[in-house]
Amino acid sequence: MRTLRILARNPLSVVGLVLVLLIIFAAVFAQYIVPYPTHNGSVIDFAFANKPPSARNWFGTDLVGRDIFSRIIYAYQISLTLGVVVLAVATPIGTIIGLLAGYVGGWVENVLMRLVDIFLSIPPLVLAIAMMGVLEPTLTNAMLAVTVVWWPWYARLVYSIARAEREEGYVLAAEVIGASAVHISFREILPNCLPAIITKMTLDMGFVIIIASSLSFLGLGVQPPTPDLGSMVAEGARYLPDSWWLSVFPGLAILVAVFGFNLLGDGLREILSVDK
Amino acid sequence: MSILSTDLLSKNFDTPAGSVHAVRNISLDIQQGECLAIVGESGSGKTTLANMVLGILAPSAGEIYFDGELLPSKRSKVQRKAIQLVQQNPLSSLNPKRSVGASVRLGLDTYNMGARSNRWSVVEHALESVGLPSEMRHRAPSTLSGGQRQRISIARALACEPKLLVLDEPTSALDVLVQARVLRLLNELRKERALSYLFITHDLAVVRNVADRVAVCQAGEIVELGDTEQIFTAPEAAYTRSLISAVPVVDNDEMALRNKLASRE
Repeated sequence: MRTLRILARNPLSVVGLVLVLLIIFAAVFAQYIVPYPTHNGSVIDFAFANKPPSARNWFGTDLVGRDIFSRIIYAYQISLTLGVVVLAVATPIGTIIGLLAGYVGGWVENVLMRLVDIFLSIPPLVLAIAMMGVLEPTLTNAMLAVTVVWWPWYARLVYSIARAEREEGYVLAAEVIGASAVHISFREILPNCLPAIITKMTLDMGFVIIIASSLSFLGLGVQPPTPDLGSMVAEGARYLPDSWWLSVFPGLAILVAVFGFNLLGDGLREILSVDK
Repeated sequence: MSILSTDLLSKNFDTPAGSVHAVRNISLDIQQGECLAIVGESGSGKTTLANMVLGILAPSAGEIYFDGELLPSKRSKVQRKAIQLVQQNPLSSLNPKRSVGASVRLGLDTYNMGARSNRWSVVEHALESVGLPSEMRHRAPSTLSGGQRQRISIARALACEPKLLVLDEPTSALDVLVQARVLRLLNELRKERALSYLFITHDLAVVRNVADRVAVCQAGEIVELGDTEQIFTAPEAAYTRSLISAVPVVDNDEMALRNKLASRE
């Protein structure tokens, strides 16, 4: 009930929730809802190549005649998979390191947090590009590169919360009883970090999609013919402004996804922080 | 027989401005079933002393004996179990993200007390023994009042079946009526379970209600130690007299006594 009331007070977060649900639904059921289910691969149909938006192809067709709308939905599949895998790996790594550094303190804190500082001092996109320069440009390697860039942000977030929670009376109570450091970190402190972690994960889905799209825009991510929002924008950019639909629709698709996750994240921040 | 005794216990903290003596050569003992109050202003070293007794702060010098045996710097679970704490601030002493029951159960799991399947009923029993309904174990701390939370803190400590309770200003964050009820509960529990209390407070009215003996602490040292009655009626140290005369006045007789005490300074 309380959640519903907060949502009602924040209409924008409802917009975010709807956008995110639509994108997830479309991505999961892509092959049943897209008008041209085969167009995620190397299909060639020169009779309809490079056509502007029409009733037949809502977002137009690309240079070899594939339906851009269908390819965008498929590209969402790739983007969401990448986002989920990156966050599913980066979040636990960052959380464990942040908790250890924040609760145990001492030299553990110094070693771990200086390591985090080193990662944070390199601009994320530059680090990811450098890694992709060495690795084969595949989806798996793109996930790996973005994960390496991502975990330090979670380490820093969790570290700062754990540092503050360490001073709370309930931690002292557990220490007096003699509970283990593992119990205190994961059972006592971690639940108090979760709202912030969940909010950040939601916001980050959008940012992970942007950074992955940036990689594939530069040709360092998912390779053709697999549809990817970043590489679609890059491909069409050469034909601007005449064949504008080639880049504009995939670009808008990135914008809508990032926008949706950001609005939802802002709403979640409010919902999850009320009971403090 | 004494349950706890400290022998020339000291604690220094190294700061950029030099070494600070938080506690200096404190020797005291608490008898089985006794309530010893430590009074003094903020910064007099009361809490540092309590933390050393609890084993979460290592003394710089001196020794602590419990039940006749010397406590090592790294205590066993049995040694930890015997000394439990009730904190001052009921808002922070319970984890907001865990149920009341989970907090009370922590000691039972840590010390592996009784059968696992039986522990929830032990938790419920502990809640009842501090005057709370057993169903309260499912609640979140944020739904409870300050007095209820403080009772839960007491239940958490009692569930460990300690011999000594360290009470660090257990009532100073509560309003007067709730304070009286919690003090009555603490007095009853002490008699029922033959517990001993190390009662830290700055509130002399509270001391009079609960303590058998009082140790007056100033700048990390004990300046006076004696029976409660004697401390209040015939304090010897100037510092004790000034503490007593600083208590807000309740009635005329008391006022006259205090004026007399103050004039002796």
